[in-house]
Amino acid sequence: MELRFPVRTLSTRRRHPLANVLVILGALAVAAVLYMAFAPKGATAETSSLDDIEAGRDLFVIGCASCHGQNAEGITTTSDGNYGPSLIGVGAAAVDFQVGTGRMPMAQSAPQAPRKSVEYTDEEITQLAAYIASLAPGPAIPEDEYLEYESASAEEISLGGEFFRTNCTACHNSVGAGGALPDGRYAPTLENVSAKHIFEAMQTGPQQMPVFSDDVITPEDKRAVISYIKAVQEQPNYGGFGGGGIGPVADGVWVWLFGIGGLVGFAIWISAHGTRSNKKPKGAEK
Amino acid sequence: MATDTYTDIQDTKVGQKAAGPVGWIDDRLGVAGMARKNMRKIFPEHWSFMLGEIALWSFVVLLISGTFLTLWFQPSMGETVYNGSYEPLKGIEMSQAYASTLDISFDIRGGLLMRQIHHWAAALFVAAMIVHMLRVFFTGAYRKPREVNWLIGVGLLILGMVEGFAGYSLPDDLLSGTGLRFVDGLIRSIPLVGSYVEFFLFGDEFPGELIIPRLYMAHILLIPALILGLIAAHMLLLVYHKHTQWPGPGRTNDNVVGYPMLPVYAAKAGGFFFVVFGFTALFAAIIQINPVWAYGPYNPSEVTAGSQPDWYMGFSEGMVRLMPGWESTFFDRTWSWNVAIPGLGGLGILFTSLMLWPFIERWITQDNREHHLLERPRDAPTRTALGVAGMTAYGVGWAAGGNDIIAIQFGLDIYTLTWIFRIGLFVFPVIAFLITRRICIGLQHRDHDSVLHGFETGVIERSPSGGYSERHAPLPVATQYTLTTRERLPELEAAETVDANGVASPAGRKDKLRARLRHFYYQGVLDKPTVEEVHHAEEHLGDFQGHPNQIGDEFGGVSDAGVPKSH
Amino acid sequence: MTDLDQHTSNLPAAEPIADPGLPEHTYRVTDVDESQARRTERQISLMFGIATVLALGFAVAYFTIDFDQTFLGWSAQNFALGFTFGGALLLIGIGIIQWAKKIMQDHEMVEMRHPAKSSDDDRLAVLEDLNAGIKESQIGRRPLIRNSLLGAVGALAIPGVVLLRDLGPLPHGQSHTVWKKGMRVVNDISGLPIRPADLEVGQLVNAEPAVFFPAEGEEEAEIHGHELLAAKSKAAVIVVRMRPDDITPDAEKANWGIDGILCYSKICTHVGCPISLWEQQTHHLLCPCHQSTFDLADNGKVIFGPAYRPLPQLPLGLDSEGYIIAMSDFLDIVAPSYPELARDQKKLDEENNRDGA
Repeated sequence: MELRFPVRTLSTRRRHPLANVLVILGALAVAAVLYMAFAPKGATAETSSLDDIEAGRDLFVIGCASCHGQNAEGITTTSDGNYGPSLIGVGAAAVDFQVGTGRMPMAQSAPQAPRKSVEYTDEEITQLAAYIASLAPGPAIPEDEYLEYESASAEEISLGGEFFRTNCTACHNSVGAGGALPDGRYAPTLENVSAKHIFEAMQTGPQQMPVFSDDVITPEDKRAVISYIKAVQEQPNYGGFGGGGIGPVADGVWVWLFGIGGLVGFAIWISAHGTRSNKKPKGAEK
Repeated sequence: MATDTYTDIQDTKVGQKAAGPVGWIDDRLGVAGMARKNMRKIFPEHWSFMLGEIALWSFVVLLISGTFLTLWFQPSMGETVYNGSYEPLKGIEMSQAYASTLDISFDIRGGLLMRQIHHWAAALFVAAMIVHMLRVFFTGAYRKPREVNWLIGVGLLILGMVEGFAGYSLPDDLLSGTGLRFVDGLIRSIPLVGSYVEFFLFGDEFPGELIIPRLYMAHILLIPALILGLIAAHMLLLVYHKHTQWPGPGRTNDNVVGYPMLPVYAAKAGGFFFVVFGFTALFAAIIQINPVWAYGPYNPSEVTAGSQPDWYMGFSEGMVRLMPGWESTFFDRTWSWNVAIPGLGGLGILFTSLMLWPFIERWITQDNREHHLLERPRDAPTRTALGVAGMTAYGVGWAAGGNDIIAIQFGLDIYTLTWIFRIGLFVFPVIAFLITRRICIGLQHRDHDSVLHGFETGVIERSPSGGYSERHAPLPVATQYTLTTRERLPELEAAETVDANGVASPAGRKDKLRARLRHFYYQGVLDKPTVEEVHHAEEHLGDFQGHPNQIGDEFGGVSDAGVPKSH
Repeated sequence: MTDLDQHTSNLPAAEPIADPGLPEHTYRVTDVDESQARRTERQISLMFGIATVLALGFAVAYFTIDFDQTFLGWSAQNFALGFTFGGALLLIGIGIIQWAKKIMQDHEMVEMRHPAKSSDDDRLAVLEDLNAGIKESQIGRRPLIRNSLLGAVGALAIPGVVLLRDLGPLPHGQSHTVWKKGMRVVNDISGLPIRPADLEVGQLVNAEPAVFFPAEGEEEAEIHGHELLAAKSKAAVIVVRMRPDDITPDAEKANWGIDGILCYSKICTHVGCPISLWEQQTHHLLCPCHQSTFDLADNGKVIFGPAYRPLPQLPLGLDSEGYIIAMSDFLDIVAPSYPELARDQKKLDEENNRDGA
């Protein structure tokens, strides 16, 4: 992973060193204003108990504060780099996504935090989320009614497909196989990602992913997107081995390695001289 | 044996019955004359001579499977609401072309199989043409008198690629529409007339409503007819020239040694058709290609990550990705070099150099003889090295066409990859050229040594003075002959740039250039041994200085321990 | 004759090793051992037999297996049909080839080649005939006929070319899109109008002009069918929100955004792919087709890849209900480059009283 560092280009360094912090702070401010103005349902600190918040705070100080600061205010490096962004106002959804998919805590510096095995138990994640949500209002963990994709109707799935192709396939590919981004970053695959985490990702815009707020892509629309993703992933690969959804490049590899390889093999067999005998048939003695 | 009891066909019952109709036909068409010449025509045997056949049979598979698909496919961009079996697209507006492709895939039994057979066969068709062309190139089989057939072959390759692209665009899914969008941009970049060509081709502003019906016409009528015509010419010339053959004992420039058309090649070639068709069908049974349902209908405001053309357009795609963003404005016009140079120029340079090469080579070598014996790649080091350099450049373009896929599959940075390919496009072919030439000349030296000094037996001998040497044994005469049948190199002389009166001749500059190119072409190439060298080597038989040594009949090779087995 | 031709005639004498001639024919096991030949015969006919069974199996699979049934996660129908069909073909092919390899005679035969060129006699005879024909036609003596015929046939090219004129209209309407002052910027697919407060920093909206969606109380949108596709291929936009401090707009564009909300064309200036791979932290927009990268915080300038022109930006404003609207059409032409682009852009700048760059 460190190998990627030397290849980062000017563009990364050129941006203002405080950009990340400012973006988050900005997001925070906007979010705060938004919530005060519209107070969307389920956006407050929910029903989490004070105990949860306390326990979350303890976990935070041990596991997260070294990067994100003692009070989740973020840490900037001496060169004004962004060591760990502020988490004030990111909401429970962001914590649930980042920690729940193993992206946080990060194992090492990298262009992008990869998905990996989850370090905390579900209970601990709830506690951490409760703590962060208690700092300032932010997107809450989505309610179950928006995650039950199994009950989606055919129309809803089709509609979700339309949203998916318009908003998601450009980065995540038409079957959600993922795609490349600049500087060694990538849009991850959507294979085996839970409905909740897909929802939270759209809602909070983790890392380089843009935000798709509930006001523009409504929770119902998000549910439709999730149901389309799941429907496409659960359907059979009708035609056979799918090649991982990579498309024509994989087809080219198949054609050259196995197609041409196999048929040239046949050509060699056709023109090969088989075993010869040192005898002669009776008729051809002389 | 069964062969002894054969009745001639005209005496069998079937034969007697058929005699009338066959006679009727011959009375009118005179087919016996033609059949007499060709039924027992001889073809030499080598696996590499069957590569073109893969392309031929893939094309037949394409005709069969394509005809099946036309029974349901509707080449129309008219809007319709999908109401077929594929649930996730139900109720979506799409073109009839896309809807009918979905119907073929989901509502026509065997339709998906035929679609996949068709697509795999198309990918194989172009691949097999390229492999066949590489074989012809690297063995020098395009030399006189076969230059025209080489040109026909290049024409077939170009048509095959255009045909493939037209087919790729027909289903009107998101991927094929994105491909069309790219071609639209490519057409627009044609200097001065780009917009006119675009509007005339698409029948209106992109995407219009006519491009798919028009491409359909080209795909199922115009281009296949041209391909069929060229294939017929290709085969007729093959029969007229008779196939080239590898040199060997009894195989000369004046004969062709092999098996007759009937029955051996009728069976082998006919059987190979079934093999190619069956192989493609099995491919289509287990490997999915172009799952159009996953891409969704074309919409100019949507795109998918990993938008790629089929593999044979990958080179063009890669060149476009590598090009820096150059565009200029003069004469009140926009000149998009960033698209025109790689998009039109990349393939343009490739095909132009392919077409010109036989003539350039002949001009350099001044070789005006007919060639029916193939050359081993090592015996034409400059040609081989140029071919490998060309393949390297093509490979770089090809890889660049999939740089996003390479980046994500191997966790690399896409910008760095692009830069590596940008530089590599110019540097890698030069390296490949130098290395390949070196390897070829090295192999020539090894052949030379094994003809003159025999092969290493593995038997170590100690001389009376205590020195050790390995015993060499002469190669079988047939092998020696095979290794020395190639043509002798011409003498290289400086061109005369001054005519008899001491005046610089106008042709002098051309001759000078040719002399220089000749020098470059033959530089370092090892000629085959002369008669004197072979005599000299033979005289040293029995000598203990490491020269060929006759080994007695009792010599049965060496055991694992290195002890001659006859001991 | 060139030097090499003479050289060739000397060649046989210079061959270092004499041609030993075709090697003696060796026989196959099936040639000398009838029982082996019988075995091969049985093998081959077994292959043909299995092929017959597979062909029957194909029919069975066709009528009994539904498309929805799966096998190894694939369509069982596709697999069964392909397997039986391909298997039958493959076995027939292998059987025939095995027959050729093991049973048919395999004595190599020799055929002599002839030079590709015609004989000198033929060439002379053809020349004679040609001259006779030319002479008898009097084409040389009567140039008037010859030249007027050439002229007439040449003129046939005119109807040939003219006929193609209606292939398409002359290029038109490339400078404008359907955007105009006051048109709402709405979310694609759902057609929802957008208020600035709906957008968070880091948000991306794939948007379209409101005219693509049915107006209130209407059933159908104003534009539909292929006109919609053509309009979309120029009017599709993305709306992004950044921190205002991060944006460094050109003087002209200082008021084109609303609190860091900017709207850019989605159509790549390279070959026209729709771009929406936006990295919210770097503000870079990557085209998935050829990796052109645009910096949306810096006027859509190209920072990598084959595109040349920056991404056109749409000036935004708010209507009386607080929804985001366009303040005009695009001032820079939205299109992959075409030859008349420079001219059209100049005209467009004059229309908009804009100082051409």
